[in-house]
Amino acid sequence: MEYVTAMSYYEEDDLQRFGEVGKHRPDLFEKFMAWYLACQEDGALSRREKALIGLAVAHALQCPYCIDAFSQSCLEAGSNMEQMTEAIHMASALRGGASLVHGVQAHNSVGKVSM
Amino acid sequence: MSQTLPVINSPDTPPRVSASFEQKLAGHGVELRAAAVVETLQVNLGKLCNQACKHCHVDASPRRTEIMTRETAREVIETVRRFRFPIVDITGGAPELNPSFRYLVAESRRAGAHVMVRHNLTVMFEPEQEDLPEFFREHGVEVVSSLPYFLAEQTDAQRGGGVFQKSIEAMQRLNAIGYGVGGDGLKLNLVYNPVGAFLPPPQGSIEADFKRELRQRYGVTFDRLYTITNMPIKRFLDYLRRSGNEERYMRKLVEAFNPAAIEGLMCRSLVSVDWTGRLYDCDFNQMLDLGVAPELPQSIADFDPEKFARRRIITDAHCFGCTAGAGSSCGGAVVK
Repeated sequence: MEYVTAMSYYEEDDLQRFGEVGKHRPDLFEKFMAWYLACQEDGALSRREKALIGLAVAHALQCPYCIDAFSQSCLEAGSNMEQMTEAIHMASALRGGASLVHGVQAHNSVGKVSM
Repeated sequence: MSQTLPVINSPDTPPRVSASFEQKLAGHGVELRAAAVVETLQVNLGKLCNQACKHCHVDASPRRTEIMTRETAREVIETVRRFRFPIVDITGGAPELNPSFRYLVAESRRAGAHVMVRHNLTVMFEPEQEDLPEFFREHGVEVVSSLPYFLAEQTDAQRGGGVFQKSIEAMQRLNAIGYGVGGDGLKLNLVYNPVGAFLPPPQGSIEADFKRELRQRYGVTFDRLYTITNMPIKRFLDYLRRSGNEERYMRKLVEAFNPAAIEGLMCRSLVSVDWTGRLYDCDFNQMLDLGVAPELPQSIADFDPEKFARRRIITDAHCFGCTAGAGSSCGGAVVK
């Protein structure tokens, strides 16, 4: 029996090909890259704090490329899995809370049609 | 029909890179040559160690038997005396397990050299090594010790179960006799290296973390933290290959090539001698059997500082490990 591995929409190596997006309208891509890289430099927040924010946002967006990239960035900024897991919980808790708070909408909606 | 294929996964097969180190240097118009003065003699006493760390570039372990003889140790001391080496940097394995270790330290000090020992902390709990901290103090030795992280999980994953706890106890003993407590006193410096296939964080930032966490959690202190990049050779290269990380790691090293790191590379200011007395440009070349340039004397007995000044340095793909990002050396990052 022959097994065929289906090609995934997300390929790990595609992250290395990000630059290909700049093939068309390179001026826009260059502006994005300059902004993206500048955001990550040490400033009022440290590179490490920014990497943890990046990791949290990557999880909220559920972007596998960003999760790969920012997991590495966090390690290379000196973070450990305990700190990274706290950041992931923050993102997840906000996602959960953002859903749960809509329960008030449901309450309102039900209240409007109830006696 | 069976066919014999070359073994490509041996740890002795160099890692695959897109461009050679020499090409990279040439592309930046840089030539790698030693400095005008060779300041440090780095002496590797052999492969015997009480630990068997997963990333060890020496392939050291308790089962290794290759260690420097007293005869070679005498030749080393003769060279230190004759050419007045300012710094003698003693490493291994666990160099303390070599019967000539204390002789080398004492005689190097007598010759006026500053002595650094790459001390793995746990070896002081081995039989007949209990007085090591006092021996270090008596001879004013600078102690340089690996501690890959301030938590047990990461440290034990790399250096073996229980190593972290022993290392903390060893640091407490060193602190108690005046090592690593600040001021101009006895120096206890730590070495961080990543526990995996990634680059080290900025040295200043991770040093601050280590200082805070080690003091708060365990009440121990130290002087400086040096960050060192894992070299893609021996056990670490084997790990990269087994874990499917070789290509990504090597790409990372090559992309992070920083010409500003060249000037401070350790190979420019030291010469390395192995347990047999053979000479190398660094401890990593030593492990790869890449001796100094063939036109130079090959043995410690024939060392000549004039010939080693401004010498051509022998390189290979692993050298990208020392030039990535802020650079890496036995003294940590090279770009401040």
